[in-house]
Amino acid sequence: MTSASAPATEHEHADHAHQFDDAIQQHEAATLGMWTFLATEVLFFGALLTAYTIYRHYYFDAFRYASHEYLRWYLGAINTGVLLCSSLTVALAVHAAQHHDHAPGQSAAPPRIGQPKHLVPLLLVTMLLGLVFLCIKGTEYYIDYRENVVPGPSFFHPEHVPPGIDASHIRLFMTFYFILTGIHATHMIVGLGLFSWLTWNAHRGTFARTRSNAVEICGLYWHFVDLVWIFLFPLLYLIR
Amino acid sequence: MQTRTYYIIFAWLMGLLIATVAASFLNLDRFFPGLNAAVALCIAAAKAMLVVLFFMHVRHAGKLTWIFASAAFVWLGIMLVLTLNDYLTRHPVDQPIQLSVQTK
Amino acid sequence: MTSIPYNPAFDERSHTYLNIDYGVRSWLLTTDHKRIAILYMLGITFFFFIGGAAAVLIRIELMTPAGDLLSDDTYNKMFTLHGVMMVFFFLIPSIPAVLGNFLIPLMLGARDLAFPRLNLMSWYLYMIGGAIALTALILGGVDTGWTFYTPYSSVYSNGYVVMTIVGIFLAGFSSILTGLNFIVTTHKMRAPGLYWTRLPLFIWSMYATSVMQVLGTPVVAITLTLVAIERLFHVGIFNPAWGGDPILFQHLFWFYSHPAVYIMVLPSMAVVSEIVACFSHQRVYGYIFVAFSSLAIALISFLVWGHHMFVSGQSTYASMIFSILSFMVAIPSAVKVFNWTATLYRGSVDLKTPMLYVLGFIGLFTLGGLTGLFLASIAVDVHVTDTYFIVAHFHYIMVGGAVSAYLGGIHFWWPKMTGKMYPEWWGRFAAFVLFIGFNLTFFPQFILGYLGMPRRYHAYAEEFQVLNVMSTAGASILAVGYLLPFCYLIWSLKYGKTAPANPFGAAGLEWQTTSPPPTLNFESTPIVEDEAYAYDKIEVPYD
Ligand code: HEM
Ligand SMILES: [Cu+2]
Repeated sequence: MTSASAPATEHEHADHAHQFDDAIQQHEAATLGMWTFLATEVLFFGALLTAYTIYRHYYFDAFRYASHEYLRWYLGAINTGVLLCSSLTVALAVHAAQHHDHAPGQSAAPPRIGQPKHLVPLLLVTMLLGLVFLCIKGTEYYIDYRENVVPGPSFFHPEHVPPGIDASHIRLFMTFYFILTGIHATHMIVGLGLFSWLTWNAHRGTFARTRSNAVEICGLYWHFVDLVWIFLFPLLYLIR
Repeated sequence: MQTRTYYIIFAWLMGLLIATVAASFLNLDRFFPGLNAAVALCIAAAKAMLVVLFFMHVRHAGKLTWIFASAAFVWLGIMLVLTLNDYLTRHPVDQPIQLSVQTK
Repeated sequence: MTSIPYNPAFDERSHTYLNIDYGVRSWLLTTDHKRIAILYMLGITFFFFIGGAAAVLIRIELMTPAGDLLSDDTYNKMFTLHGVMMVFFFLIPSIPAVLGNFLIPLMLGARDLAFPRLNLMSWYLYMIGGAIALTALILGGVDTGWTFYTPYSSVYSNGYVVMTIVGIFLAGFSSILTGLNFIVTTHKMRAPGLYWTRLPLFIWSMYATSVMQVLGTPVVAITLTLVAIERLFHVGIFNPAWGGDPILFQHLFWFYSHPAVYIMVLPSMAVVSEIVACFSHQRVYGYIFVAFSSLAIALISFLVWGHHMFVSGQSTYASMIFSILSFMVAIPSAVKVFNWTATLYRGSVDLKTPMLYVLGFIGLFTLGGLTGLFLASIAVDVHVTDTYFIVAHFHYIMVGGAVSAYLGGIHFWWPKMTGKMYPEWWGRFAAFVLFIGFNLTFFPQFILGYLGMPRRYHAYAEEFQVLNVMSTAGASILAVGYLLPFCYLIWSLKYGKTAPANPFGAAGLEWQTTSPPPTLNFESTPIVEDEAYAYDKIEVPYD
C-alpha cells in the first residue's frame, strides 16, 4: 500500500516547526487556521447581530429614539475613520513584513512607506490608532455613565420618554449597544496585545530571520475586527 | 501588490464612510420603508468587501480562502433567514403579514 | 499484509510515544497529539462517571411513583448535572478529542496536528471548564436542565447558573479549537498521494464534525453569555417582562444544539465506517456517497433546529418549514446506514468486540433516527414532546449510538494506543451486556412517553411503575456494561497480550506503524498509492 520515502527524521530546521515539511506548508496552515478562526468569529458576532436585528425590527421607534438620544454619531464616525486608518497601516505593515526577504536594493525606486524598515513604525502607528479608538470609546462610555444609561442599579430611570415608547425597550437597545461594542473593544484589546508582541519581535528582527508570517496572520485578525466595526457603526449609530 | 492600491482602497473606504453618514441624514424611508437601513447596510457591505478583497488579500488568494470566507457568511445567512422566518410570520394565519409588529 | 518491507530497526525501536519519557511534566506539557488524546481520555472518563452517578440517582428515584429519595429540587439539579456533564463534557469531546486526536495525524501520515500547542491548550480549556462546571454543580447545583431555557435560567433560577455557563463557554472554545486544528490538518498535512478521495471515511466524518464545531459553537457560547449577562446586570435580553423574547434564546440555543447532536453522532459514524470495513474485510460500499453524506449532514443539520420548538410559540409557518427540513436530514443518515449494511453483504464478517459494538450502533441509531422522524412530524410531536418519548429518542442515538461507537472505537484502537490487546471474551461479553441493558432501560421509555409520562418530574402516576422498574433494572445492567470495559481495559494495560502492529488486518496508515507508535508516528513519511480500504490486498488474519 505504501512505500517509504525520504527520511522524515530530519526536521530541526529553524524556519519551520517539526510537524511541517517546510516553511511553505507552515505558512499555508497558519493562514488557513486564522481564516477558520475568523469564520468562528463571524458566527460569534453574527448571533448577537441576529438578536439585535430582531429587537430592532420589533422596537424600531424605541431603538431609533435611543440611538439619537444617547449615541453621538460623530464620535462613532470618527472612530470608524480611526479604524480605517489603522487598517491601512496594517496593510502597509504586512507589505513591509512580506518584503523582508527581498534584497534591499529591489524596491529602490521612490522611498514609499511599506518598506521593510518601516515595519516597526507602522506597527506602532497601528497600535496608537487602536488606542485612540479605545479612548474615544471610553469617553463615550463615560458620558453614558454620567447619563445613567449604563446597565446597573441606576440603569435609565426615565423622566421624559416620548409617548408610544417603552423605557424597557430603550434599555434593551443600550444593553445591546454595550454588549456589541464591549465585545468588539475586547477584541481590540486582544489585538493590541498581539501587536505589541509583533512589534517586539519585529524590533528584534525575528521575522527577517524566519520569514515568519506572523504579521500577516495578526493583520488578518486586525482587519476582521475593523470589519465588525464597519457593520456596528451604521447598525447602532445611524438608525434613522 | 503595490502599496499604491492600498491608498486607493483607503480613499474609497473614507469616501464610503462619508457617504453612509450623509445617507443617514436623508429621509429615505419616505420612499420605501427600511430603505435607510438597506442603504446603510449596502454601504457597509461594500466597505467590508473592499477590506476583505484587498486588505485581507482574498482577491489573489486560493479557492480555499474564498470558500472559508464565504462559508461563514452562508452560515450567518442561514441563522438570519430561518430565525426571521419565524419572527416575520408570527401572526394569526387569517391575517395579512404585518412587517412591523406593534407593541404597546 | 502490506507491501511495507519488514524493517527490524523500525520494529524494535524501543521508543514509543508512551515510554519515551515518564515524568508528570512530560505529560502535562506534552504537545504530542497521542499523549493529548490520552489526557482527554482520562478527563472524559472522569466526567462520564460523574454524569453516570447522577443518572443512577435519577433512575433509583424513579423506581417508585412517589418522589421519595430526592426532593423535587434535588431531582432537578440531578438531571441538570447529568445532562450538562454528559453533553458538554463527555459526548461532544468524546470521539473527536480522544480518537480523533490520536488518529487523524496517523491516518493522514503526518507527524502531528497542525497546531500542537493549540491542541494542548484545548485540553486545558476543557479541563478548566469541566472543573468550573463541576464545582458549580456541586456547590449548589443548577436546576435549569442542560438547555438553560430563559427566562427561568436568566431571571428566576437561583442556582449557580453563571458559573456553569462559564464552564461550558470554556469547553466550547476547546471544542472550537480542536475543530480548527482538525480542519487545517486535513487540508494541509496529508501524506503524498493521499488525495481527498483516498481518505479514510473517518477523516471525512471528522472533517464535517469540525466544520460544525467551528461554525456552531460560537453561537451557543455567545447565547449562554447573554444569559449570564442578563443575570448579572439585570437587563432584559430574554425577559418578556422587559421586552425580551424568550423564544429567541431557543432559536439561538438550538441553532447550535441541534447540530451538536450531530457533533456527537457524526464521529460515531466515523468510527463505524472504519470498523465495518475492517471486520467485513471489504471496501465500504459506496465510498463517495458515505463521504459526501457527512458533509451533507454538516450543512442540513443547521437548517432544522426549529423542530425543538414546535410548542414554544414559534410561528406555525416556521414550524412547517422546520418540519420539512427535518425530514431531509434523515436522508444522509439513511445513506450511511444502507451503505454499511451493504458492506456487510458478502463480506467475511468477523464478530470481534468492536464489530459487536458497531452492529449495536447501527441498530440502535436506526431506531433513534426513525423515532426522530416521528418527532419531526408536528402533529405527533405536539403529543409526545416533553415526555419520555423524547428521552428515549435521544438516548437511543446518544447512548445506544454514540457511546456504543465510542466504546467500539476504543476497543478497536486500544492495541494501537496502548500496545496491548484487550481480552476478547470479556469484550464480547460486555458488548452483549451493554446491548441488553440499554434496550431494557430505554425501550420502556418509548412506551412511557407514548402513554403520556412527562419528563423532568421526580414523581409520576402509579400506572407507570412497571415500566419504570424495568427501566431502572435495565439501567443497573447497563452500569455493569460500562464498568466491565473500564475494569478489563485497565487490567489489560498490565496483563494484556502484546499487540502486533496490525492485529485485525486493517487497512489504513495508522496500522502501518508500530503499536504504540513512536512520537513522530512514522519512521518516514508514507507515500500512499492505493484507494482507501484496499482490503483485497490484505489477507484475513487468523488467530
Ligand atoms: C442523529 C442524531 C440525533 C440526536 C443525537 C438527537 C438528539 C435529540 C435530543 C437531545 C433531543 C431532545 C432535546 C430536548 O428537548 O432536550 C431531540 C429531540 C428531537 N429530535 Fe433528535 N436527535 C437526532 C436525530 C434526529 C433526527 C434524524 C431527527 C428528525 C429527522 C430528530 C428529530 C428530533 C425532534 C423533532 C426533536 C424534538 C422533540 C421535542 O422536544 O418535541 N432527531 N433529539
Ligand atoms: Cu434536533
